[in-house]
Amino acid sequence: MEPVLEARDLTVHYRTKRGPVHAVDGVSFELRPGETLGVVGETGCGKSTLGKTILGILPPGTERSGSLKLRGRELLEVRPSEYRKMRGEELALIFQDPMTRLDPLMTIRDHFIETIRVHHGDISKTDATERAAEALRSMGIPRSRLNHYPHEFSGGMRQRIMIAMAIVLKPKLLVADEPTTALDVIVEAQILDILRDLKRAYSMSLLLITHNLGIVAEVCDRAAVMYAGKFAEIGSVDDVFRHRIHPYTQGLLESTIHLQTKALHSIDGLPPSLLNPPSGCRFHPRCPFAKDICTREEPSNVEYRPGHFAACHFGSDFL
Amino acid sequence: MTDAPILRVEDLTVHFPIKVNPIRALGQLIAERLPGSDAEAKDDRIRHPRVHAVDGISFALQRGEILGLVGESGCGKTTTGRAVLRLVDPTRGTILFEGRDITHLRESELRPLRPRMQIVFQDPHGALNPGMTIGQAIMDALRLHESADEAEAKEATLRVMAEVGLTPADDLFSKYPADLSGGQKQRAVLARAIILRPSLIVADEPVAMLDMSIRARILELLLALRQRYGLAYLFITHDLATAKFVCNRIAIMYLGRIVEMGPTELIFRDPKHPYTRALLGAIPVPEPGRVRVRTLPRGEVPDAIFPPAGCRFHPRCPAVLPSCGWEGRDFVEYLEQRRLDPVRAKADEAVLGTEEAWEATGFSSRRRVRDEDAAAIAEYARSIVPEAPVPLAKAVEAVDIGEGEVVVRFRTPDPLAPKMVEGRTVECLLY
Repeated sequence: MEPVLEARDLTVHYRTKRGPVHAVDGVSFELRPGETLGVVGETGCGKSTLGKTILGILPPGTERSGSLKLRGRELLEVRPSEYRKMRGEELALIFQDPMTRLDPLMTIRDHFIETIRVHHGDISKTDATERAAEALRSMGIPRSRLNHYPHEFSGGMRQRIMIAMAIVLKPKLLVADEPTTALDVIVEAQILDILRDLKRAYSMSLLLITHNLGIVAEVCDRAAVMYAGKFAEIGSVDDVFRHRIHPYTQGLLESTIHLQTKALHSIDGLPPSLLNPPSGCRFHPRCPFAKDICTREEPSNVEYRPGHFAACHFGSDFL
Repeated sequence: MTDAPILRVEDLTVHFPIKVNPIRALGQLIAERLPGSDAEAKDDRIRHPRVHAVDGISFALQRGEILGLVGESGCGKTTTGRAVLRLVDPTRGTILFEGRDITHLRESELRPLRPRMQIVFQDPHGALNPGMTIGQAIMDALRLHESADEAEAKEATLRVMAEVGLTPADDLFSKYPADLSGGQKQRAVLARAIILRPSLIVADEPVAMLDMSIRARILELLLALRQRYGLAYLFITHDLATAKFVCNRIAIMYLGRIVEMGPTELIFRDPKHPYTRALLGAIPVPEPGRVRVRTLPRGEVPDAIFPPAGCRFHPRCPAVLPSCGWEGRDFVEYLEQRRLDPVRAKADEAVLGTEEAWEATGFSSRRRVRDEDAAAIAEYARSIVPEAPVPLAKAVEAVDIGEGEVVVRFRTPDPLAPKMVEGRTVECLLY
């Protein structure tokens, strides 16, 4: 089946006064229809930049190269005016903080009407309202709340409204950037249940960006571990969690504190600055297994199992 | 003295008043004086709205112990942490620090105690003055409380910096917060706290802002410092997994109350309160393929200005009983839930009107009606009660016709108090 999204050697550099920031550096992956890919990593690893690149909302002047195709169409060449039409129908985004994405002076109904009319200029207000009510109902929010303003909703409800707005036009690809980070654990679980159901109901592809490994394990089919602008490892959730290869993945999983944690672990050192990333393998200054070659040569992506790739010179040692 | 707990808190209550528009307040006052005004409108909660941040909690913390205060945002854990240090004033209750009642001490009387009671905040960046070097910041704490001379103070600062892993200390002494990583900044904040040799540290989400790969190191440091100095921590966190690892005992908070408290190991092995169970069940686990049966509580934490009657968790509780505190607004909420079903929504609206027409006051919910409609509306309301979730339906005492209104009345809830259940205290009518 043709992938919904396909990245080949995708590179994104921000221009700053102190030089280019290598936020995404040679990332390749594909996302198949109906599939959920979790992109996991720590602060500043480039995962949010990846999401913004897909949505075409990078700051002006950002350098992009490589290829990023949405259903065969090269996104890096899409003009802003065309992008606007694609957002909503082809691809949609759910942000971390729904409050800052809803206009406090507009009712929920107006938000929906605006969203729908960008794509269907001729739709009547009544029809648009019907579609809005239906999308809200699927999120467990009664239509009587269409006339309410964003501040009249709780955090979890706002996030459900954002999801309802994202799916109202039935996009093929949904990008969710830390969709539950601002929420408490019970509401988070509710939202994750919703995302899981959505996938089933609309056969939507979902790219889920998060720092929470537990969420990836629960919701995603495949996982990509990102470190310093690169994918350290990508594969099925089962492979990445149970048969992890890359020393960074190992360290990250071991240092995650969860209910079964028996002993504390941490990774030495700190994530590198993306202004001046380390030579060779970017993880080598923190890697307990680093050898001479790791400081000099950048490891290539090797397929160790079908569909399970890792970028480590000594990957076969960890099989 | 050695046997006395470092901290003992009894019936601690912290309410924050809400500013009321003076014109509206005046209007309310006039309306209340008018003949025939509704008695229930004089409800003190409505006349003087207050945020019930902490509402009558008691606990003790022993020397060298780590007690976790765990709960979701808005449960009152941070307010509790601040109140025990007298950083916010308690509305009611008693705080004993090292056996001494500090509830009503003035700031000048608290000052000599401050070195022994310290706080570490979530955001180390916000806790350090950007214009002060790390060394100065740590040394300042010492010079503020003790009359050490410059050389002595510097020596003590370097010693404590090395102790918390800020090495090379000589080098970092003259660095500014902006030059340090998040983990290093949190170490500096800890150094500033322990240089005064406290017996109690309130640690408010000390690792929440740090990345996973470095969290463990700060937690290890906290544990090592306790070992060395016999420190007691009040460890405030929303993260049950971290609490499980660090704390000797935990107290689970919900909307200003402690719902379950006891030895960590016991509570995680066999949680008793339905809220504790819900919290534990909701945590995503980094183990793919784990099939988990969970019934998530509905909705979200309600507003702490008007906390639910009875058990505060009752509107969301999967194990709720008719005696748990059902009240008028639960009926209005039920009407709203029915709207999700388009067929019921139409029928409801035709007879009952929108849920906005219903007003909840205490244990009843009422709607003004014309006399000729009253019987039909009451009949319809009675007919939908059995369709409600059983505990709610059973809690409805009667649907009455009053003067120009239809009233749905709920039974009064059973009294609720913390109980000892298998080695821990639980506040729940199931036990």
